[in-house]
Amino acid sequence: MDLTLHVWRQKGPQDKGKLETYPAKNVSPDMSFLEMLDEVNDGLIKSGKDPIAFDHDCREGICGMCSQVINGRPHGKQEKTTVCQLHMRQYNDGDEIFIEPWRAKAFPIQKDLIVDRSSLDVIMQAGGYTSCHTGGVDDANAMLIPKPTADYAMDAAECIGCGACIAACPNSSAMLFTSAKVAQLAALPQGKPEARKRVLAMTQAILDEGFGNCTNHYECEAACPKGISVKFIAKLNREYLKTMIPTSTDA
Amino acid sequence: MILDGKAPTGQVDTSWDRYREEMKLVNPSNKRKYKIIVVGSGLAGGAGAASLGELGYNVDCFCYQDSPRRAHSIAAQGGINAAKNYPSDGDSIYRLFYDTVKGGDFRSREADVWRLAQVSNNIIDQCVAQGIPFARDYAGYLDNRSFGGAQVSRTFYARGQTGQQLLLGAYSALSRQIKNKTVTMHPRTEMLDLVVVDGVAKGITVRNLMTGEIESHWGDAVILATGGYVNVFNLSTNAMGSSVTAIWKAVKKGAYIANPCYTQIHPTCIPVHGEHQSKLTLMSESLRNDGRIWVPKNAADCEKHPSEIPEEDRDYYLERKYPSYGNLAPRDISSRSAKEACDDGRGVGEGKRGVFLDFEEAIKRVGKKTIQERYGNLFDMYEKITDENGYERPMRIYPAPHYNMGGLWVDYECQSNIPGLFVLGEANFSVHGANRLGASALMQGLADGYFVIPYTIAPYLASIRNPGAVKEDHPEFKKSVEGVETQIDKLLAIKGKKTVSELHKQLGNIMWENVGMARNDASLKNALKLIPELRDEFWNNVNVPGSGKDLNQQLENAGRLADFLEFAEVLTEDALNREESCGGHFRTEHQTDEGEAMRDDENFSYVAAWEFKGVGVKPELHKEPLKFERVKLAVRSYK
Ligand SMILES: Cc1cc2nc3c(=O)[nH]c(=O)nc-3n(C[C@H](O)[C@H](O)[C@H](O)COP(=O)(O)OP(=O)(O)OC[C@H]3O[C@@H](n4cnc5c(N)ncnc54)[C@H](O)[C@@H]3O)c2cc1C
Ligand code: FES
Repeated sequence: MDLTLHVWRQKGPQDKGKLETYPAKNVSPDMSFLEMLDEVNDGLIKSGKDPIAFDHDCREGICGMCSQVINGRPHGKQEKTTVCQLHMRQYNDGDEIFIEPWRAKAFPIQKDLIVDRSSLDVIMQAGGYTSCHTGGVDDANAMLIPKPTADYAMDAAECIGCGACIAACPNSSAMLFTSAKVAQLAALPQGKPEARKRVLAMTQAILDEGFGNCTNHYECEAACPKGISVKFIAKLNREYLKTMIPTSTDA
Repeated sequence: MILDGKAPTGQVDTSWDRYREEMKLVNPSNKRKYKIIVVGSGLAGGAGAASLGELGYNVDCFCYQDSPRRAHSIAAQGGINAAKNYPSDGDSIYRLFYDTVKGGDFRSREADVWRLAQVSNNIIDQCVAQGIPFARDYAGYLDNRSFGGAQVSRTFYARGQTGQQLLLGAYSALSRQIKNKTVTMHPRTEMLDLVVVDGVAKGITVRNLMTGEIESHWGDAVILATGGYVNVFNLSTNAMGSSVTAIWKAVKKGAYIANPCYTQIHPTCIPVHGEHQSKLTLMSESLRNDGRIWVPKNAADCEKHPSEIPEEDRDYYLERKYPSYGNLAPRDISSRSAKEACDDGRGVGEGKRGVFLDFEEAIKRVGKKTIQERYGNLFDMYEKITDENGYERPMRIYPAPHYNMGGLWVDYECQSNIPGLFVLGEANFSVHGANRLGASALMQGLADGYFVIPYTIAPYLASIRNPGAVKEDHPEFKKSVEGVETQIDKLLAIKGKKTVSELHKQLGNIMWENVGMARNDASLKNALKLIPELRDEFWNNVNVPGSGKDLNQQLENAGRLADFLEFAEVLTEDALNREESCGGHFRTEHQTDEGEAMRDDENFSYVAAWEFKGVGVKPELHKEPLKFERVKLAVRSYK
């Protein structure tokens, strides 16, 4: 099939950037979206032009590196699918495709489709862990965790940290991302001792990094390639409320 | 030269305990005087950096992705082994040790493997304490599954995303240390040289991938944990950015590369289709717990829909050839059997390069829901890529390059022959011999990072009188920066006709056809002729657009390919030298009448460590003889 691509080109963080149009010819339906871009890039190089810069690494939908807004939707139109797992059989001959980077204040564009997502690391550094030391911990079976609890924690832990939730949110809120980690750790006995501290620190980091507020649009869940549920946002809110109730050690 | 792995002498079972009791320590208040460079943020590097930071050392950690959480460990699916024996099915440290040595076809160092098996249990404890949601049963206990090459259930897993969960655990520990300022993280930074001062590793030179800036970093020790090199085959299950670059730069500075020809071809990957494919996708080995592998008995049936082929016309070749392990035969054996079946004209799918992985029986036995629960994400991934539904018709799979057992030579302390240079995880050669068992790489990465290097680096650091004495103002650093800049300028100046990806495909073809699943004298010599020709073409005809002064992904790829083009030759030399078949290294001249690998213990029971002598110059071979005291050398049989 033959397609027409409109791709965001931006030389660097300071450049204004604009959409440029390229043809993509003889695209096989079995190609992945990124393989289609590889071909376009080889063509650009051969005609002396600068290839399109885009982030990618595992190409298996798990590292969270790929990040493109395709026809207005982060990761494109296929549900629960990262760009790298999106295949061209989802498109038809003659389609026009708009490809843009994640757009959010907290994700400054670096070049073409590549943005800086280090603010997500900062949120994690604020408290996305249990403070256990290497070694000197209990036997793994010492604390039993019912299967439904482990499954709930795993549902939250599947987040790949790509940032599609933020790109999809009209407020660029990082609530789904943050809540997934808060909920995972708050559900597990190992995470409970620091639950209070964690939710406060991580929500503060969201504000400090310039993400917007959550006003319950739920675009995040729709865009998430891993299907992380907004129920975790409710969990985060509950955890947050809990911090307002004084505990016996607050006296 | 005869190399010494410096494994503790005496009884293997107590070697690690004795080592720890006798080793030199760095006193807690002195630790902050040392700076350690860790290149890599995967299981090995991430766990190592976090643990060393927690101990009080100053750590600088580097990765090429935009976040340490994206290292390729994230892609591991199936699970991680440990000798917990929770299911009480006869497992023990000894058994995990024995299975690993045997699985590696008796080509690894006993003491290193024992230590791995011993600390495997600590890993699971550590991960649970971090909040890793491993699979559990309804009573709340941890669940296990089986992997190839073992007759016990010792594999812990988190759905089909075990690597992701383990890496996020290490990443969270690392994040905590970054917050505490014991670790400084340098993402989007690629190591392009090792700085060696008076024969000792003292730092690295890197390129900032966003700005193009070349800079150096000093360290009292340098740790490489940079993952695998099987992208030398171009198409593999590795990430697009996985490369040999970091360890190859160390080789060019004098580090020995050990057993580079031990590469693992994974039996269950989605087959290649078309010309444009950029990578191959693994279907976890765990699927072989429930999936049955077969091809039609008659070549004439290959085009038929699998449901039209009756039971009696199917050849469940693994179950037939290896009745006691069946579909869970080790990877090298399963891969070769698949190749044999396809070479015999009985393959299925495009180009008849595929075999079936069939869940019909398992679905009948335990129900679709259970299969979905166990492997749902793998079935989804399969469908996205192939447009076929694995529940309804058998998956098609074929072997693909996946992992390297070879890597930089290290001694028992994970220290290379260059003092001060330590190597962890897939980047070293240490424990898997000639073939790695499933679920053992995650175990090794975390063992090295959490439980080995925090101990074994101490004696070296304690021996440095003057930490921080050599810094970036030393002339060797300047020389290193100039070297890196010169290579970049050279690449940009060629302005040839072929793109990097075209040339990488060519290298991949040479390697896959001649140095792949089956190798022989003629094919290897052919590769040794073709590789230098292609390297010449690369240096005369590659087109690297843009400049070195900003983000330039083509330049990154060109640098990595340039290294693969040098390294490929050493890999091939090693394969040519090793005139025996063992594990993943199969020389067609050396096989039994039944087509099984035939080892030659008398002549090849050694680690082959190669010293770089110049591009295109034959490397020099150094040997580390392997001694087996705890296990008896035996013919590896899975019948
Ligand atoms: C698809 C797949 C599935 C797998 N499944 C399993 C499984 O189920 N069980 C199992 O035990 N094993 C499995 N493995 C193997 C296992 O995942 C790897 O061997 C292991 O995770 C490697 O860890 P590592 O820390 O050594 O390297 P990696 O995780 O690859 O990390 C390498 C790090 O080095 C950095 N790096 C590399 N080069 C440079 C450079 N030049 N400069 C700066 N940084 C650099 C990278 O950025 C990265 O941070 C699987 C592998 C693959 C590919
Ligand atoms: S490239 Fe890793 S998730 Fe897409």
